[in-house]
Amino acid sequence: MSYLELLRLAAPEAVIVLIALAVLTIGLTSDRAGNLSAIVAAAGIALAIWTTLRLPSHANLFGGMLVISPLNSLFKVICLALAFVTVPLVPLEKSLRNRGEYLAILLLGTVGLMLLVGSEELLMIFIGLELLSLSLYVMAAFDKTDIRSAEAGLKYFLFGSTASAFTLFGISLVYGMSGTTGLATIALKLSAGSVQPLLAVGIIMTLVGFAFKISVAPFHLWAPDTYQGAPVPSAAFIASGSKVASFVVLGKIVLIGFAPVHGSAEWHAMIAGWSPVLAALAALSIVIGNFVALAQTNVRRLLAYSAVAHGGYSLLGLVAGGHEGFSATLFYTTIYAITLVGAFAVAGVVRQETGGDDFSNFAGLGSRSPLVAACMSIFMLSLAGLPPLAGFFGKFYLFSVAFRSGGNHGLFWLVILALFGSFVSLYYYLIVLKMVFVEKGSPSETGQSSQVPVRLGLTGHFVANATIAILAASVLFLGVLPQPLAGLIFRSIP
Amino acid sequence: MIAWTIHVTFAGALITLLLPRGFARWIALATTTAGFVISLATFFQPNVDLAHFTTVVRVTWIPALGMNYHLALDGVSLVLVLVTGIVAVSAVLFSWDISERPNEFFFWLLLVVGGSYGVFLSADLFLLFLFYELVIIPKYFLIAIFGSTNKEYGAMKLTLYSFFGGALVFLGIIAAYAVGGSLDLIQLAQFPFSPQLQSWAFPVLFLGFAVLAGIWPLHTWAPTGHVAAPTAGSMLLAGIVMKLGAYAALRVAMNLFPQGFQMWRGWFAVLAVIGIVYAAAVALRQRDLKFVIGYSSVSHMGFVLLGLATANVFGVSGAVLQMFSHGAIGALLFAVAGTMIYRRTHTRDLDALSAMNLRRALPFAAFTFVIASAASMGIPGFSGFAAEITILIGAWKVYPLAVWIVGTGMVLVAAFTLRALKKSFFDEVRTQEGRVPLDSDLSEQMITIPEKLGAALLMFATLAIGLYPKILLDRIQPAVEAMRFLK
Repeated sequence: MSYLELLRLAAPEAVIVLIALAVLTIGLTSDRAGNLSAIVAAAGIALAIWTTLRLPSHANLFGGMLVISPLNSLFKVICLALAFVTVPLVPLEKSLRNRGEYLAILLLGTVGLMLLVGSEELLMIFIGLELLSLSLYVMAAFDKTDIRSAEAGLKYFLFGSTASAFTLFGISLVYGMSGTTGLATIALKLSAGSVQPLLAVGIIMTLVGFAFKISVAPFHLWAPDTYQGAPVPSAAFIASGSKVASFVVLGKIVLIGFAPVHGSAEWHAMIAGWSPVLAALAALSIVIGNFVALAQTNVRRLLAYSAVAHGGYSLLGLVAGGHEGFSATLFYTTIYAITLVGAFAVAGVVRQETGGDDFSNFAGLGSRSPLVAACMSIFMLSLAGLPPLAGFFGKFYLFSVAFRSGGNHGLFWLVILALFGSFVSLYYYLIVLKMVFVEKGSPSETGQSSQVPVRLGLTGHFVANATIAILAASVLFLGVLPQPLAGLIFRSIP
Repeated sequence: MIAWTIHVTFAGALITLLLPRGFARWIALATTTAGFVISLATFFQPNVDLAHFTTVVRVTWIPALGMNYHLALDGVSLVLVLVTGIVAVSAVLFSWDISERPNEFFFWLLLVVGGSYGVFLSADLFLLFLFYELVIIPKYFLIAIFGSTNKEYGAMKLTLYSFFGGALVFLGIIAAYAVGGSLDLIQLAQFPFSPQLQSWAFPVLFLGFAVLAGIWPLHTWAPTGHVAAPTAGSMLLAGIVMKLGAYAALRVAMNLFPQGFQMWRGWFAVLAVIGIVYAAAVALRQRDLKFVIGYSSVSHMGFVLLGLATANVFGVSGAVLQMFSHGAIGALLFAVAGTMIYRRTHTRDLDALSAMNLRRALPFAAFTFVIASAASMGIPGFSGFAAEITILIGAWKVYPLAVWIVGTGMVLVAAFTLRALKKSFFDEVRTQEGRVPLDSDLSEQMITIPEKLGAALLMFATLAIGLYPKILLDRIQPAVEAMRFLK
């Protein structure tokens, strides 16, 4: 294994690191280079996507530390694409000074995502997780003018570092039991015997860190403050890219590494293992997320609680397990991430126009900017799971897989709970849309909005709106024709 | 050809959104007329096999999960497509002078219509559910933006009830899909589901659909929703949307789970009978004209559910006939109350209306309302009579007691309809109480041509079917006889 070979297989990561350094340099050398650095960052991400597509279809370095497979490459591309659509949101935060630095950190976080997705070895996964987390902590606290941002960063950091500690502890126990850190070999070592107490502790500890990342209850407490306080692009990135990558890795860990201790979450025959743990997390998240969301009056906070609920739904596929379950989870998380970036972008636009993102700031959006409002309705209704949007198909896929799994429809209880949860969720999404379309904005807000193009610059405004429109169009497209993405994900899973 | 009803309507909806506001109503009229003409042409087309649910279009859509864009047609769906066309055209005519955000209004309206065509023609369970849910959100915006009395409450209540029913349906569909291994309605209708599955999946699915059909005690969304909605919204709700639930209950729940249906139909017959009598009794006490009509819709839809629960050819054919009949009559009643009366008097309070001597001011409205009331009461010669008598004949064979109870219910229907008719148009004017009998400009606001056209279309539909119900029954009965639960 020569270094050249390594460089060839890790080319996308290398490209992103180099671009991050370039963006940082641009930001340092010039004061007014915000747009240039954004363009360079976007171009770099596009280049990385291109190099990812040109990777060989299978490779495995250092016992699983860097694995190239169709699944990993696909999700590297998806993570890069999510980072790509986050870049145009950066100008929406007028208070983000040092845009070069911000973009460089965003890119380094993206490298973390790619390492996370591209590895099937616990230590490397942990390193990827830490690289991602450290970047996200900084991104959350980046707005130095806003105390909310500092709060967001601090909360995210405190919860996140504790969760990381748990994960590391869990990994060490798993290593102790199996004598290896490669997922495939762990599976071989574990296959003998039942779940011993020590291993159970190890599994649960490992899951805690990921439960934190995907913000499922009861590890979700950081989410509302971070989603609300962090700068819009940071929150969007935390809610999308970080979540998708975490689900990919979590799925690989439980379905490959811990496959022998699957257990069973069927209501009439619970068996110890990781799946009842995940089922409990899912059930708790669906209930807590949906009911607490009912009481919110801030859109970003509402999105945070709905994220908890959606994390719960997504876990259903993993609990069901198997090829179909994993692909349903991944499909759902991907479209969820696309939707959420869009929703945050709309929140960013509204914040830019009216100075806040409470419900009252959304009043009259429908008449102020019909295009953005129409896109917002697509995002909200997709999250609620209404046709013909992607969220509807995602839910149908996920729930039908969960219903089918096991003998005698044992996951029935989770499906009913999830259906009930999505029934409740329609109410709060509709409230947002009611503000957008039915309520009239107050005159002071409409007065402010006339100054917007001046402050943001026409290009910035156009780019943000175009991003929103593209995201909304893809949510609609994936709802009407889910086959391309669903088929791609389904085929890429070994 | 019938598939074009769906495509044209959705295309029309998009075009409405893109063109300047002056075009909106014309596009909407052209679109709905096209849908109506297509369905009418199919209706009179000879040698179409209406006895079986015959595939019209079948395109692979999501092969990974076995979903197809699969449309099919039989007599039952054709009759409902036809009534959708009729109601849609007249709903557009009755909202001809909408001035506030017309593009949006007609966009939402056309989405409801297109989704309804879709439900009536779908032969794929996923597709049917997609169209079924697609109707929910446009209704919310139609009511919440353009409605009147207590509109946000009414809209939210209606949406949540619909979505609750949708969640039950979702569960039933997933169960059918997971066990039957297919989403094709024609295939699934042959699949032998285990009695144990049927025993719980049938009530879940049937109840989920019946929420939209206004089954007692889950009917309360209907009166508030109807009252809050703009005229066209109430017309679509009463005329089409409530039929979606009843149709899907017949097409999906009863056809897939015949044994479950046999187990549960007695209970649903009881709910239907309670609904008929209860809603009629409540209607008798209402002061708001639209509430009277809203409860009458629930009562009439009770007949549909009773007809379905009889599980014989007469009852079920009668139920389909009643769906058509009430589609026309309900829409007509709401058109009179919402546009002809309310837009001119700005009140729907029966006591206030009785002092206005509307019979003189709005003779055409009075005439229309008399026709609609007569049809609604089930006077022979109108479609309501033909439908209800068929249902009662069917019911007599299985639930004679129900017929007796419903018979008294029909007296209540006549009572509240006559009361509403008298109070709104034919009361003695009591000018000495100091009330101004009319708005000063009321007499100038003649009933407009579009309104007359819309009303004439609906009146023609109810009269034609009342005088010659055979034209529909000939198409409905063979299709019903071919259904699985009768075998």
